[in-house]
Amino acid sequence: MYHFTPAPALLGGLLIGLAISLVLLTHGRAAGISGLWAGVLRPSSDRGFRIWFFAGLIGTGLLMRAFLPQAFGEGPTAPLGLTVAAGLLVGYGTRLGGGCTSGHGVCGNSRLELRSIVATVTFMLTGALAVFAWRALS
Amino acid sequence: MKSNLVALAAGALFAAGLGLSGMAQPAKVQGFLDVTGQWDASLAFVMIGAIGVHAVALRLIARRKAPLFMPGFQPRPASKVIDGQLLAGAAIFGLGWGLAGYCPGPAFVAAGGVSPNALVFVGAMTVGMLVHRVLHQRTRAATTPA
Repeated sequence: MYHFTPAPALLGGLLIGLAISLVLLTHGRAAGISGLWAGVLRPSSDRGFRIWFFAGLIGTGLLMRAFLPQAFGEGPTAPLGLTVAAGLLVGYGTRLGGGCTSGHGVCGNSRLELRSIVATVTFMLTGALAVFAWRALS
Repeated sequence: MKSNLVALAAGALFAAGLGLSGMAQPAKVQGFLDVTGQWDASLAFVMIGAIGVHAVALRLIARRKAPLFMPGFQPRPASKVIDGQLLAGAAIFGLGWGLAGYCPGPAFVAAGGVSPNALVFVGAMTVGMLVHRVLHQRTRAATTPA
Protein backbone atom coordinates (compact mmCIF):
# COMPACT_ATOMS: atom_id res chain seq x y z
CA MET A 1 0.00 0.00 0.00
CA TYR A 2 1.43 3.32 -1.15
CA HIS A 3 1.25 6.61 0.85
CA PHE A 4 -1.73 5.26 2.78
CA THR A 5 -3.46 8.14 4.67
CA PRO A 6 -6.82 6.86 5.90
CA ALA A 7 -7.18 9.31 8.85
CA PRO A 8 -7.16 12.65 6.97
CA ALA A 9 -9.22 11.02 4.21
CA LEU A 10 -11.87 9.95 6.74
CA LEU A 11 -11.83 13.36 8.47
CA GLY A 12 -12.15 15.14 5.14
CA GLY A 13 -15.00 12.82 4.21
CA LEU A 14 -16.82 13.66 7.45
CA LEU A 15 -16.56 17.39 6.65
CA ILE A 16 -17.87 16.80 3.11
CA GLY A 17 -20.79 14.82 4.57
CA LEU A 18 -21.51 17.69 6.99
CA ALA A 19 -21.41 20.27 4.18
CA ILE A 20 -23.83 18.24 2.05
CA SER A 21 -26.13 17.71 5.06
CA LEU A 22 -26.07 21.44 5.85
CA VAL A 23 -27.24 22.21 2.31
CA LEU A 24 -30.06 19.67 2.62
CA LEU A 25 -31.15 21.00 6.02
CA THR A 26 -31.17 24.65 4.99
CA HIS A 27 -31.91 24.63 1.24
CA GLY A 28 -33.57 21.24 0.82
CA ARG A 29 -31.46 20.16 -2.11
CA ALA A 30 -28.67 17.80 -3.09
CA ALA A 31 -25.22 19.37 -3.22
CA GLY A 32 -23.79 17.81 -6.36
CA ILE A 33 -21.01 20.06 -7.61
CA SER A 34 -21.46 19.44 -11.35
CA GLY A 35 -25.22 20.06 -11.15
CA LEU A 36 -24.78 23.20 -9.04
CA TRP A 37 -22.25 24.61 -11.51
CA ALA A 38 -24.45 23.83 -14.51
CA GLY A 39 -27.12 25.93 -12.78
CA VAL A 40 -24.73 28.86 -12.44
CA LEU A 41 -24.26 28.81 -16.20
CA ARG A 42 -27.97 29.32 -16.93
CA PRO A 43 -30.64 31.50 -15.36
CA SER A 44 -32.06 29.60 -12.38
CA SER A 45 -34.24 30.66 -9.45
CA ASP A 46 -31.60 29.66 -6.89
CA ARG A 47 -28.63 31.16 -8.68
CA GLY A 48 -27.82 33.30 -5.63
CA PHE A 49 -27.43 30.23 -3.46
CA ARG A 50 -25.21 28.58 -6.07
CA ILE A 51 -22.95 31.61 -6.48
CA TRP A 52 -22.45 31.96 -2.72
CA PHE A 53 -21.72 28.25 -2.42
CA PHE A 54 -19.04 28.48 -5.13
CA ALA A 55 -17.62 31.60 -3.50
CA GLY A 56 -17.08 29.52 -0.35
CA LEU A 57 -15.64 26.60 -2.29
CA ILE A 58 -13.24 28.68 -4.41
CA GLY A 59 -12.36 31.19 -1.68
CA THR A 60 -11.39 28.38 0.68
CA GLY A 61 -9.14 27.04 -2.08
CA LEU A 62 -7.32 30.38 -2.10
CA LEU A 63 -6.99 30.31 1.71
CA MET A 64 -5.62 26.78 1.53
CA ARG A 65 -3.00 27.87 -0.98
CA ALA A 66 -1.74 30.25 1.75
CA PHE A 67 -2.12 28.03 4.82
CA LEU A 68 -2.24 24.40 3.63
CA PRO A 69 -0.45 24.27 0.25
CA GLN A 70 0.17 20.53 0.61
CA ALA A 71 -3.59 20.10 0.02
CA PHE A 72 -2.84 20.56 -3.70
CA GLY A 73 0.17 18.25 -3.79
CA GLU A 74 1.07 19.02 -7.35
CA GLY A 75 3.62 16.82 -9.01
CA PRO A 76 4.87 17.46 -12.50
CA THR A 77 2.39 19.52 -14.49
CA ALA A 78 0.18 17.38 -16.71
CA PRO A 79 0.32 18.13 -20.46
CA LEU A 80 -2.06 20.95 -21.42
CA GLY A 81 -3.85 18.91 -24.10
CA LEU A 82 -4.52 16.10 -21.65
CA THR A 83 -5.97 18.50 -19.08
CA VAL A 84 -8.24 20.12 -21.68
CA ALA A 85 -9.44 16.74 -22.97
CA ALA A 86 -10.08 15.49 -19.42
CA GLY A 87 -12.02 18.65 -18.53
CA LEU A 88 -14.21 18.34 -21.63
CA LEU A 89 -14.95 14.68 -20.79
CA VAL A 90 -15.81 15.50 -17.17
CA GLY A 91 -18.07 18.42 -18.13
CA TYR A 92 -19.94 16.53 -20.85
CA GLY A 93 -20.07 13.22 -18.96
CA THR A 94 -21.37 14.64 -15.68
CA ARG A 95 -24.25 16.39 -17.46
CA LEU A 96 -25.12 13.34 -19.56
CA GLY A 97 -24.95 11.05 -16.52
CA GLY A 98 -26.63 13.55 -14.18
CA GLY A 99 -23.95 13.77 -11.51
CA CYS A 100 -20.39 13.33 -10.35
CA THR A 101 -18.55 12.11 -7.25
CA SER A 102 -20.68 14.33 -5.00
CA GLY A 103 -24.15 14.09 -6.59
CA HIS A 104 -24.08 10.37 -7.33
CA GLY A 105 -21.14 9.33 -5.14
CA VAL A 106 -22.30 10.90 -1.86
CA CYS A 107 -25.88 12.23 -2.18
CA GLY A 108 -27.39 9.40 -4.25
CA ASN A 109 -25.43 6.58 -2.64
CA SER A 110 -26.42 7.81 0.84
CA ARG A 111 -30.04 7.24 -0.27
CA LEU A 112 -29.16 3.87 -1.80
CA GLU A 113 -30.47 5.07 -5.18
CA LEU A 114 -29.83 2.40 -7.80
CA ARG A 115 -28.92 4.90 -10.54
CA SER A 116 -26.26 6.46 -8.34
CA ILE A 117 -24.82 3.11 -7.29
CA VAL A 118 -24.56 2.04 -10.95
CA ALA A 119 -23.06 5.42 -11.94
CA THR A 120 -20.48 5.22 -9.14
CA VAL A 121 -19.35 1.71 -10.08
CA THR A 122 -19.15 2.82 -13.73
CA PHE A 123 -17.04 5.94 -13.19
CA MET A 124 -14.73 4.10 -10.78
CA LEU A 125 -14.18 1.40 -13.40
CA THR A 126 -13.51 3.78 -16.30
CA GLY A 127 -11.36 5.98 -14.01
CA ALA A 128 -9.21 2.95 -13.22
CA LEU A 129 -9.15 2.08 -16.92
CA ALA A 130 -7.97 5.59 -17.85
CA VAL A 131 -5.14 5.47 -15.28
CA PHE A 132 -4.14 1.98 -16.43
CA ALA A 133 -4.13 3.00 -20.11
CA TRP A 134 -2.24 6.24 -19.46
CA ARG A 135 0.42 4.44 -17.38
CA ALA A 136 0.76 1.73 -20.00
CA LEU A 137 1.25 4.31 -22.77
CA SER A 138 3.63 6.65 -20.95
CA MET B 1 -28.80 37.17 3.84
CA LYS B 2 -28.64 34.34 6.37
CA SER B 3 -29.31 31.91 3.55
CA ASN B 4 -26.39 33.28 1.51
CA LEU B 5 -24.04 33.08 4.49
CA VAL B 6 -24.98 29.45 5.05
CA ALA B 7 -24.34 28.74 1.36
CA LEU B 8 -20.91 30.37 1.70
CA ALA B 9 -20.18 28.33 4.84
CA ALA B 10 -21.31 25.08 3.21
CA GLY B 11 -19.02 25.73 0.24
CA ALA B 12 -16.14 26.49 2.61
CA LEU B 13 -16.76 23.34 4.66
CA PHE B 14 -16.98 21.26 1.49
CA ALA B 15 -13.66 22.71 0.26
CA ALA B 16 -11.97 22.14 3.62
CA GLY B 17 -13.05 18.49 3.50
CA LEU B 18 -11.79 18.06 -0.05
CA GLY B 19 -8.47 19.73 0.79
CA LEU B 20 -7.85 17.72 3.98
CA SER B 21 -8.89 14.43 2.43
CA GLY B 22 -6.41 14.44 -0.46
CA MET B 23 -9.07 14.69 -3.18
CA ALA B 24 -7.44 17.89 -4.50
CA GLN B 25 -4.13 16.06 -5.16
CA PRO B 26 -4.34 14.67 -8.70
CA ALA B 27 -1.50 12.20 -8.08
CA LYS B 28 -3.28 10.82 -5.02
CA VAL B 29 -6.55 10.42 -6.92
CA GLN B 30 -4.70 8.59 -9.69
CA GLY B 31 -3.02 6.42 -7.05
CA PHE B 32 -6.49 5.52 -5.77
CA LEU B 33 -7.61 4.56 -9.27
CA ASP B 34 -4.37 2.68 -9.98
CA VAL B 35 -5.78 -0.63 -8.74
CA THR B 36 -3.49 -2.70 -10.96
CA GLY B 37 -0.34 -0.81 -9.85
CA GLN B 38 0.72 0.69 -6.53
CA TRP B 39 -2.79 1.09 -5.20
CA ASP B 40 -3.38 3.76 -2.53
CA ALA B 41 -6.78 2.95 -1.01
CA SER B 42 -6.92 6.10 1.18
CA LEU B 43 -9.59 7.92 -0.80
CA ALA B 44 -12.09 5.11 -0.20
CA PHE B 45 -12.25 6.54 3.33
CA VAL B 46 -13.45 9.90 1.98
CA MET B 47 -16.55 8.24 0.62
CA ILE B 48 -16.99 6.14 3.78
CA GLY B 49 -16.85 9.29 5.93
CA ALA B 50 -19.08 11.41 3.72
CA ILE B 51 -21.73 8.73 3.17
CA GLY B 52 -21.57 7.74 6.86
CA VAL B 53 -22.45 11.28 7.97
CA HIS B 54 -24.95 12.05 5.23
CA ALA B 55 -26.83 8.73 5.35
CA VAL B 56 -27.64 9.37 9.03
CA ALA B 57 -28.21 13.13 8.71
CA LEU B 58 -30.62 12.87 5.78
CA ARG B 59 -32.86 10.51 7.74
CA LEU B 60 -33.00 13.00 10.63
CA ILE B 61 -33.57 15.93 8.25
CA ALA B 62 -36.37 14.01 6.47
CA ARG B 63 -38.45 14.26 9.68
CA ARG B 64 -38.85 18.00 9.04
CA LYS B 65 -41.71 19.26 6.89
CA ALA B 66 -39.44 21.72 5.12
CA PRO B 67 -35.83 22.89 5.06
CA LEU B 68 -34.94 26.02 7.06
CA PHE B 69 -34.82 28.54 4.21
CA MET B 70 -37.10 27.01 1.58
CA PRO B 71 -40.81 26.14 1.39
CA GLY B 72 -40.09 22.47 0.60
CA PHE B 73 -37.51 19.83 -0.20
CA GLN B 74 -36.52 19.43 -3.85
CA PRO B 75 -37.77 16.07 -5.08
CA ARG B 76 -35.12 13.51 -6.02
CA PRO B 77 -35.07 12.36 -9.65
CA ALA B 78 -38.06 10.06 -10.12
CA SER B 79 -36.40 7.80 -12.67
CA LYS B 80 -35.11 4.46 -11.47
CA VAL B 81 -34.20 3.36 -14.98
CA ILE B 82 -30.60 2.48 -15.78
CA ASP B 83 -30.39 3.88 -19.29
CA GLY B 84 -27.67 4.44 -21.85
CA GLN B 85 -27.31 8.11 -20.93
CA LEU B 86 -26.55 7.30 -17.30
CA LEU B 87 -24.02 4.62 -18.21
CA ALA B 88 -22.35 6.58 -21.02
CA GLY B 89 -22.25 9.78 -18.97
CA ALA B 90 -20.72 8.08 -15.93
CA ALA B 91 -18.22 6.22 -18.14
CA ILE B 92 -17.14 9.43 -19.92
CA PHE B 93 -16.86 11.29 -16.62
CA GLY B 94 -14.70 8.50 -15.15
CA LEU B 95 -12.29 8.62 -18.09
CA GLY B 96 -11.74 12.35 -17.61
CA TRP B 97 -11.43 11.94 -13.84
CA GLY B 98 -8.71 9.32 -14.26
CA LEU B 99 -6.80 11.27 -16.93
CA ALA B 100 -6.62 14.54 -14.97
CA GLY B 101 -7.00 13.33 -11.40
CA TYR B 102 -9.67 15.99 -10.83
CA CYS B 103 -13.40 15.59 -10.37
CA PRO B 104 -15.52 18.79 -10.33
CA GLY B 105 -15.38 19.71 -6.59
CA PRO B 106 -11.62 19.42 -6.08
CA ALA B 107 -11.02 21.14 -9.44
CA PHE B 108 -12.85 24.25 -8.16
CA VAL B 109 -10.92 24.18 -4.88
CA ALA B 110 -7.58 23.86 -6.70
CA ALA B 111 -8.61 26.55 -9.20
CA GLY B 112 -9.30 28.80 -6.20
CA GLY B 113 -5.79 27.88 -5.08
CA VAL B 114 -4.56 29.21 -8.44
CA SER B 115 -3.32 25.84 -9.65
CA PRO B 116 -2.76 26.36 -13.42
CA ASN B 117 -3.89 22.84 -14.35
CA ALA B 118 -7.09 23.18 -12.34
CA LEU B 119 -7.89 26.55 -13.94
CA VAL B 120 -7.54 25.00 -17.39
CA PHE B 121 -9.54 21.97 -16.28
CA VAL B 122 -12.45 24.06 -14.92
CA GLY B 123 -12.55 26.07 -18.15
CA ALA B 124 -12.65 22.93 -20.29
CA MET B 125 -15.23 21.32 -17.99
CA THR B 126 -17.49 24.36 -18.35
CA VAL B 127 -17.19 24.14 -22.14
CA GLY B 128 -18.04 20.42 -21.93
CA MET B 129 -21.22 21.25 -19.99
CA LEU B 130 -22.24 23.91 -22.50
CA VAL B 131 -21.62 21.48 -25.38
CA HIS B 132 -23.94 19.01 -23.67
CA ARG B 133 -26.62 21.65 -23.23
CA VAL B 134 -26.51 22.70 -26.89
CA LEU B 135 -26.58 19.09 -28.16
CA HIS B 136 -29.32 18.15 -25.72
CA GLN B 137 -31.51 21.10 -26.75
CA ARG B 138 -31.03 20.23 -30.39
CA THR B 139 -32.04 16.60 -29.83
CA ARG B 140 -35.10 17.71 -27.91
CA ALA B 141 -36.07 20.21 -30.61
CA ALA B 142 -35.67 17.52 -33.27
CA THR B 143 -37.83 14.98 -31.44
CA THR B 144 -40.56 17.38 -30.30
CA PRO B 145 -43.32 17.75 -32.93
CA ALA B 146 -43.86 21.37 -33.90
